[in-house]
Amino acid sequence: MLLPVLLIVGWEVAAYLIDNPFILPSLTTVIPILLHPFSDEFTLGTGSLVDNAAVSLFRVGSGFALAAFVAIPLGIVMGRSAILNDFLDTAIELLRPIPPLAWVPLALAWFKIGLASMVFIIFIGAFFPILLNTIDGVKSIKRTWVELAMTLGAREADILGKVILHGAAPTIWTGLRVGFGIAWMCVVAAEWLPGTTIGLGYLILYAYNFGQTNVIIAGMVMIGVIGIVIDQIFKAGERRWFSWRALER
Amino acid sequence: MTLTIRNLTKEFPITGNQSICAISDITFSVADEEFVSVLGPSGCGKTTLLRIIAGLEPATSGSIEINGEIISGRNPRMAMIFQEYSLYPWRTVRDNVTFGLEVGGMHKSRAREVAMDYLRLVGLGDFAERYPHELSGGMRQRVAVARALAIEPQILLMDEPFGSLDAQTRNNLQKELLEIWEKAKKTIIFVTHSVDEAVYLADRLIVLTPRPGRICEVIPIHLSRPRERTSVEFAQVRRLVLDLIAQPKCTLQ
Repeated sequence: MLLPVLLIVGWEVAAYLIDNPFILPSLTTVIPILLHPFSDEFTLGTGSLVDNAAVSLFRVGSGFALAAFVAIPLGIVMGRSAILNDFLDTAIELLRPIPPLAWVPLALAWFKIGLASMVFIIFIGAFFPILLNTIDGVKSIKRTWVELAMTLGAREADILGKVILHGAAPTIWTGLRVGFGIAWMCVVAAEWLPGTTIGLGYLILYAYNFGQTNVIIAGMVMIGVIGIVIDQIFKAGERRWFSWRALER
Repeated sequence: MTLTIRNLTKEFPITGNQSICAISDITFSVADEEFVSVLGPSGCGKTTLLRIIAGLEPATSGSIEINGEIISGRNPRMAMIFQEYSLYPWRTVRDNVTFGLEVGGMHKSRAREVAMDYLRLVGLGDFAERYPHELSGGMRQRVAVARALAIEPQILLMDEPFGSLDAQTRNNLQKELLEIWEKAKKTIIFVTHSVDEAVYLADRLIVLTPRPGRICEVIPIHLSRPRERTSVEFAQVRRLVLDLIAQPKCTLQ
């Protein structure tokens, strides 16, 4: 706890010395905003912090859900079938290094301004970690698990639903956690697209235009806190459901 | 019911047009309720033989027959017990046993009742709600036995099922397996590299040569059960088997 305290004290001292709230506002102007997350008073008419967060969460949730919906089945099929894997792998390796933000102009060309463009950017961000972890999870399933199911008379659907999906679930879950982290980063940038009028990303850019650095920082804190909370939820789920992976000898 | 393995040969392709022969021209029959042990050194293809019988791998040539009828692929009259890591760690002990029943279409509640019967048979009735990682290696293999029995196969295929256990647990499980075998009236093909284990368990030993595995001896064991490892008769039979498998025809490739 020492370092955060030192940082906060150092911040206050620096803010006092710089004496320019546009460069570094005093904490006393940031904390009131965070203490009133439901208030419209501080956020320049964009709705409260919570309103903005809710919209951002909805957007990230949509893009993330879509990415999971496509990436998990695709990853399972690719993990199971060497032929499909060979077929798709090169294309995926070519697309994967392109940063999600590089897709922004194309997103605008294809989907115009609005929710669809943002969802697309978030989708791109979340898609690859989920896909790659799913493939990895399926490939690393013990051969004995599958063969055992076969000797007990399981059909391909049983093997997929009762063995592959369960056996790969911890790795898929890790992919979802990483994918969500990236999606959350993408939503901030996606909300800088023209035509946006609400969202945490929009809020901090909008506050910049008014020179309200304290609002920018409050928004950034909000973005960070939500990111941490959701990451912790994923980790709690991992401990709750997948403890068998760590305990297995 | 008679299981007949006829002229079974398996070659694995390696680079180019070459291939390695794992087992070569294996022929033998197993009678109903017989306990046969396939004995051989590591790498002699005995696991491959079992996997072919279980339908997990195709043979290069030869056939497997039940009552004179050629079978291929997985057959519901057989169940296999693997060396290790075969329990599903995300399922409870009981739900591991119900797996084969579920995929066979049995109703879940009925499957659970059947599973409990077999868990009690292997002495694990009190562990039904536990997870595999909470069990010792010996207990896990007993769950694997219960799971195999639950689908009511006629033939149990066992691939060195006690190979990774300590000596004491291993001896206990061998004894329990014989009790279950007598009670449940199954045919068992038991693969092992341990002469002691084979002599203790089996009615008949089928001895394979090093790779490629060929049958070099078939040795009936005429010891009455329960067998006593420390008895003079046991030592004599064990000695005889050791002498037979030390013959050049059993050791040369």
